[in-house]
This record gives sequence, structure tokens and C-alpha cells, in this order.
Amino acid sequence: MSGQTRLVEVRTKILKQNDVVARALRQEFQQAGVTVISLVSSPGTGKTAFLEVTLRSLRDRFRVAALVGDLATDNDACRLARAAVPIKQIITGTVCHLEAEMIHAALADWKLAELDFLFIENVGNLVCPASYDLGEDLRAVLFSVTEGEDKPLKYPTIFNTADIAIITKMDLAEAVEFNHDSARANIHAVRPGMQILEVSAKTGNGMNDWLELLNLRREQAIDSLEPVQI
Amino acid sequence: MHEMSIALCVLDFVEEEAARRSNAVVKAVHIKLGALSGVVKQALASAYDLAREGTNLANCELVIDELPIVVRCNVCGAECPAESIQNIRCSVCQSAEIDVVSGRELEVAALEIES
Repeated sequence: MSGQTRLVEVRTKILKQNDVVARALRQEFQQAGVTVISLVSSPGTGKTAFLEVTLRSLRDRFRVAALVGDLATDNDACRLARAAVPIKQIITGTVCHLEAEMIHAALADWKLAELDFLFIENVGNLVCPASYDLGEDLRAVLFSVTEGEDKPLKYPTIFNTADIAIITKMDLAEAVEFNHDSARANIHAVRPGMQILEVSAKTGNGMNDWLELLNLRREQAIDSLEPVQI
Repeated sequence: MHEMSIALCVLDFVEEEAARRSNAVVKAVHIKLGALSGVVKQALASAYDLAREGTNLANCELVIDELPIVVRCNVCGAECPAESIQNIRCSVCQSAEIDVVSGRELEVAALEIES
């Protein structure tokens, strides 16, 4: 019983293991030339409906696929399968978010080089997914007009870790007296300058802006792979 | 609630470090928790207490150092704490043209090892 202690500095990321896998995934995605987009939101925001329309709109021009995470059931995968593109359900059991290793495992029997876009729909949760890098190129946070304009203020971390905000169910905006200005101000309060899209998967309004953005991302990714002319 | 898996990661790391140091007795583990880490201090503390029970690290305390969000302002050049997590802007000139320079930390900073 010496009771003497010394402080040893270690400075290591707690989610080091996830970060290592995420970094390897990102490299693999880049080499295969696939653009990877993840979607996060609370349950019921309409991620699956949004993703289904996205997949349908892209499938004629691009090779697209999606992974979808849920605690239980393959209902979302069944819905998305209607878009007739490769879909795989990741059932997380009790885990409230996707981790890089789950993505790695789910992709084991897919050939990434045969894809242009891979979408990852995270478990419906605005808290935990914020801490886990999945190797994606772009993380979109979705919130619907029915959830209230102050959602970004209540969940600032997820908005801060995402690259773009998408407001869904715009077809209901008038019925629920959705206040655009207030919602946009709240997003920009927690993430200054964040790009915001307003969409309705049901009517298709605003979806073109999203598809254009994806196109642009894809072109940028391809450009960055082109060998430099000397 | 992902704090339990975070707590388990911390314990795994401490166990590895202890083994690497000839089974050193680790009295405490110090972690840095940024306000933008997505982890709640109290939830992590509770999860940690539950996770260490009955293990070799049952007596290893968790010391959580919470870090504020610090931004660098692209307008006035100040490096200062953000107004708040709901208002990430320069607290000197109020500009939103900022880069977050810290606040995302989720790391083990140090171990207290019995000597």
C-alpha cells in the first residue's frame, strides 16, 4: 500500500478503434470511386421515403446502393427494395447507432467498384450517431417540418457534425405553420453557414436541388481522382 | 445512450495500458470531454460505474474534464469560447465566420498509476 501515484499522459481518442476502421473505409471508398452519403435524423423524419425517391431518381444514370440501420426489423430494407437497387439491412439489436465496423461487415460481399453512390441510412437517433465516423463523404442531417423549428437547438451536436441540413415533409409546412426563417436561423446558430435544403419526398419539390448537389459531389470526387497533367 | 459503449472502450484501453506496463495498478483514468463530443458527462459517469463493477478495474476512478467549444474567428481573429452550444459564434465580435478549434474531444488524457 504505497498510496503514491504518478500521472502518465496518454492522449488517445476513446473511439480510436472506430476511427481506424472509418479511415480505412474512406480510403477504400475513394479507391473504388464510390461517393458515400449518410443520412441521420430522429425516428419518423422520413429518411426512408427521402432515400427511396433519391434512389429511384439516380438509378438510371448511376449505380446506386444503400445500407439501412435499425434496431430491429427489415421493414426499411423491404421498402427501399422497391427502388430495385441493392439494399442491405443492418440490424443493430440494442445499439442505437451505426459504427464503422458494422458498415465494413455489411459491405464484405459487395463490390464497391461497381457502385457510384452508396447511401447509409443511420438508426433514427439525433444523439449517438454524432460520435461515430462511418467513413462517409457527406453527412446529411434531416428534420421534418412536423418536429418543430427548434430541433437544431435541442440537438446541436448532430447538426454541428453534419455537412448539410435537409428539411423534409415540406408539403406539410403550411398545415403545421412551419416557420422557415426561425428553422434556418436555428440551424445557422448551431452550425454557421450550413447549407440547407427544403424538400418533399412526396411531391418531389426541392428534390432536384438535392440531386444536383449529389451530381456535383460526384463530379468533384471524379475530378480529384484524375491524374494531374504536367 | 451510447455512453455504455464509450465506457467499455475506456475500460478496454485502460486494461491494455495496464498490461503493457507490467500490470500496473491504475487508480484513475482522466478523460477529456468536449461539449461537441456528443457524450453526456453524467451518463458516461454512471455507465462507467456500472461497467467497472466486478472487473480488475473496479477501483479505477473516472475523472472527466469537460472542455468548452473554442472558435477561431475569421473576422476579428480572436480565439475564444463560443457564445454557447446553441450559438456557435465569436463571443468577441459576434461573427458567425468561425472555425471550431476545440470542443470535439473524446479522449483519454492520462492515467494515474500506482508507483
